[in-house]
Amino acid sequence: MPSLKDLKNRIDSVKSTRKITKAMQMVAAAKLRRAQDAAENARPYAERMEAVMSGLAASVGDSDNAPRLIAGTGSDQVQMLVVMTSERGLCGGFNSSIVKAARLKIQELQAAGKTVKIITIGKKGREQLKRDYANLFVAHIDMSDVKKVGYDDAAGIAQSLMDRFADGEFDVCTIFFNRFVSVISQEPTVKQIIPAVFDAPDAEAEASAAAPYDYEPSEEGVLADLLPRSISTQIFTAFLENAASEEGARMTAMDNATRNAGEMIEKLTIEFNRSRQAAITNELIEIISGAEAL
Amino acid sequence: MANTMQFDLVSPEKRLASLEATQVQIPAAEGDMTAMPDHAPVITTLRPGLVKVTGADGSETSFAVTGGFVEINAEATSVLAEHAAAGDADSRAALEGFLEDARKRATEAEGDHKDVVEKFVADLEQLLEDMV
Repeated sequence: MPSLKDLKNRIDSVKSTRKITKAMQMVAAAKLRRAQDAAENARPYAERMEAVMSGLAASVGDSDNAPRLIAGTGSDQVQMLVVMTSERGLCGGFNSSIVKAARLKIQELQAAGKTVKIITIGKKGREQLKRDYANLFVAHIDMSDVKKVGYDDAAGIAQSLMDRFADGEFDVCTIFFNRFVSVISQEPTVKQIIPAVFDAPDAEAEASAAAPYDYEPSEEGVLADLLPRSISTQIFTAFLENAASEEGARMTAMDNATRNAGEMIEKLTIEFNRSRQAAITNELIEIISGAEAL
Repeated sequence: MANTMQFDLVSPEKRLASLEATQVQIPAAEGDMTAMPDHAPVITTLRPGLVKVTGADGSETSFAVTGGFVEINAEATSVLAEHAAAGDADSRAALEGFLEDARKRATEAEGDHKDVVEKFVADLEQLLEDMV
């Protein structure tokens, strides 16, 4: 049976924990709103880019002289996996769900006899994957100094990926991130970015685009100029989705923690009161039996 | 014939402008061009320069852009720029930053790439001069 003092100390410590988790939840809520705004602002650009690229890819992509970033190397032997996670923990299952998706993919690829290479972005994913796959790591991109991920950061990462691709380091590149569905739901998403895949423009959109575009300087020229930008945009979008998901997951996790702490305080308070009552009763018995003995 | 068209300027990070315009002057890769309502549909890449927009009320605004592309059709002109800023003093600092970066890259680059980067630097220098 813990002493009264022990119980009091525990109640105080749980109370201060609850204050911290409550504060973290509120901070996450504020950051989530900002992250959602950022994702919202980035959407028009990404959508236009996607629309133009799929139109272009449909017309140029099939020809023999299509850029390698679309056509690929003709092999899928060496697979590059870019796993994007957060720099900080305490965000529920956010990092684990991405890592789980990545693990599945790695096992699947290794079972098929492919070579797997891993680049991690974000400290948490690296820690989790290092246990099993440390020998597959080729690089880690540290984002802990970057407060707010800008387009330039994404463009830099895209450039280094394309350089590696040009050097023949890999054939297929896939990114892993969490797509933001809602505050309580984030969906681990796997997306192939090199060779670039574009949804074929659906029949309706094609019909509405009555006037085919002229391309200057040429379809190939525009495509070559836009492909790297399109890859940067996809990575940037993934970053934004990830940021929103992280804050959403953290908010939910901290909300749960706050509630659990509240329950715990209630339980401990009841126990504390009971022990106090028991102690008083004990003392009374001692006094009464002492008086009787006289 | 419509007298105005929709003009949008978006960068990856935000939408900078969305307004009705009568004409838009664009620094396209192969030379400046001006888009007016009912223009034939064109998609072209951008070089660093100033986008000048004449609004429906005759007011003129300009934006500094680097890289990206523009989509023109009869009803709308959309500029998708990699970096974009309102063409005033505030954006100068940002653009000078780009220039600094580009110069550094120009010294490192080699072969065909060097020509591209050097052209980029020259375009940026021109852009900064135009803004004064």
